[in-house]
Amino acid sequence: MLEHLRTQLPALIVVTPLTMGLIVALIGRRQIGWYIAMATTAGVFAMTLQLLMDVLNHGERSLTYLMGNWPVPYGIAYKADPLSASVMLIVAAMAAVITFYARRSVASEVPVGKLHYFWGLWLFCITGLLGITITGDAFNLYVLLEISSLSTYTLVALGKERNRRALTSAINYLLLGTMGACFYLVGVAYLYMATGSLNIPDIAERLQPIYASWGTDAPLYQKTVIAGFAMMAVGLSLKLALFPLHGWLPNAYTYAPSAVSALLASTATKVGAYAFMRVIFTLVGVGFAFGRLHTDIALMACSGAAIIVGSWMAIRQVNVKKLLAYSSIAQIGYIALGFALANRDGMTASVIHLINHALTKGGMFLALGMVMYRLGGTRLSDLRGLGRKMPLTMAAFTAGGLGLIGVPLTSGFVSKWYLVSGCLEGGRYEMAAVVLVGSLLALIYVWRVVETIYFGKRDEEVQVREAPWTMLVPTLLLIGASLYFGINASHTAYIAQAAADYLLGAAR
Amino acid sequence: MKENPIMRLAVRWNLPFMVVFALYTQTHGELGPGGGFQSGVIVAAAFFLYGLVFGGAEMRRVVPRWFTDLLAAGGVLLYVGTGLYSMFMGYEFLDHAAVMPSNPGGAEPWGMTLVEYGVGLTVFAVMMTIFNEITEGTNPEDNQTGESGADTEFGARA
Repeated sequence: MLEHLRTQLPALIVVTPLTMGLIVALIGRRQIGWYIAMATTAGVFAMTLQLLMDVLNHGERSLTYLMGNWPVPYGIAYKADPLSASVMLIVAAMAAVITFYARRSVASEVPVGKLHYFWGLWLFCITGLLGITITGDAFNLYVLLEISSLSTYTLVALGKERNRRALTSAINYLLLGTMGACFYLVGVAYLYMATGSLNIPDIAERLQPIYASWGTDAPLYQKTVIAGFAMMAVGLSLKLALFPLHGWLPNAYTYAPSAVSALLASTATKVGAYAFMRVIFTLVGVGFAFGRLHTDIALMACSGAAIIVGSWMAIRQVNVKKLLAYSSIAQIGYIALGFALANRDGMTASVIHLINHALTKGGMFLALGMVMYRLGGTRLSDLRGLGRKMPLTMAAFTAGGLGLIGVPLTSGFVSKWYLVSGCLEGGRYEMAAVVLVGSLLALIYVWRVVETIYFGKRDEEVQVREAPWTMLVPTLLLIGASLYFGINASHTAYIAQAAADYLLGAAR
Repeated sequence: MKENPIMRLAVRWNLPFMVVFALYTQTHGELGPGGGFQSGVIVAAAFFLYGLVFGGAEMRRVVPRWFTDLLAAGGVLLYVGTGLYSMFMGYEFLDHAAVMPSNPGGAEPWGMTLVEYGVGLTVFAVMMTIFNEITEGTNPEDNQTGESGADTEFGARA
């Protein structure tokens, strides 16, 4: 029985949070939502760990799971490979840590009557994110994208007790997110029209004769495939908030409940970036996307602009939560720049930054959540002189900020090291300069906050205590992990390089 | 519209037929045109008609909100449960052969039927919830006859 369930892991990881989310919603107002969510996320974390080990021990380093035992091009196949298994591990780990943190934070920000819906949606969101990562089916990816997005819209809107603007941000996110999903779906439909398949490896295979025909007199489906890829690229860029399409992100992160901001910042955009990588490298192929269409130039322009504009906007914010949101836009730029370079160091930088930024930004949002919990606001003036009142929280925030700048001995340094060497390897000296300018701008916006925390003076003294340990421990855990991976990057670099080699090896 | 005898009669006479037609659509879902989505919407439409004529509060008396909440989650649970059952019987997720291992081909419609019932229940419940969310509190009659529990049940409407 256990052996059988072990082969079922790819499906169980996605189905467990879905089932538990439904049960939470069914049980209703007896306040056990958090306990179920905590048990579920911890269990899912254990399952992803087991799955990653199974994948790495497996001969071909990939496991395919057939839903309903339907053979591959007809049914939905879930595919666990080193990249998807490690991204799932990150998502599950972040979900478990943030859920542990979230009990008191959420109880203070969400009305009691809606708590069971909150925890149900929380689990649905995690379901969608894990599913996007493991699915090997282009249409199923859309469905799971919608599961995670729809629950996210509602989770953002539940921040309305603190600030009514959560409602308008949620609507804004809903409109843009739905548009993104539509674009992606139309793209899938075009590729389906050209290839007659929805399975990602199968589409990639069937696209080869189509590409081959384009030089000849009778080009097959040329415009269809180009339009399909363009639609998918725009849709996914909206989802991962790549620069000109980032409009929904700052407000959604700012006005969502603290725990939701942390979950979104550390997992949702990362999963979007992962899906984008999968589309470019394993679906349409890098030879088509970058070689023929030169999407890499567009991606580099967008990510360069994201780094500069995101950091610049972050400097101008007075709400620290919004500052972190704009900083996230810049960090997404680094991730997109990494895979746009399409060389080994660039890809490694992209995957390693996915991990490092999830830890750093997740930890920083959690630290801000504690400020919110104690003071009820996250404006720069609320943080004035907090370095003495909440020393551990503020130390965590500062350490995270150093990671955003990329100071040596933080994980941000490791990602930027790989990124710059990737830029130099690809002969993109201007992008290397952009990365360095971005780090300088990050220095400015982090310094503004750090200065306020440690040297700011309050007019009247407020009585603030350090946050409760249930919130402090997860925050310190994430920030500690981000520092650890800065000092000893061998684990993350191993995973990231394996993933980079896998993607570049699959690229044709 | 409650006072209009034609309306009342039309609804009273049509409602059972609509529900029966929905069941017909439901039972033909697994291998032919029709299925859970359609039947769920048709049942919901029947009750919308009832609600339009007799008022939202009266409709919520017939189909209370706790009931639709239960069905909305319960329908998906029925769907997922079918999959989990096959998983625990030693098959892949949603492999309907688990329902009747002696005859895997014949088991497929049975499994699909269960899944379709789950879909039907959820679609019905969610359609009703949308209708309730839109109409609740907008109709002055609703507030008079008032189901007092409606607002407190779902938290304060801040």
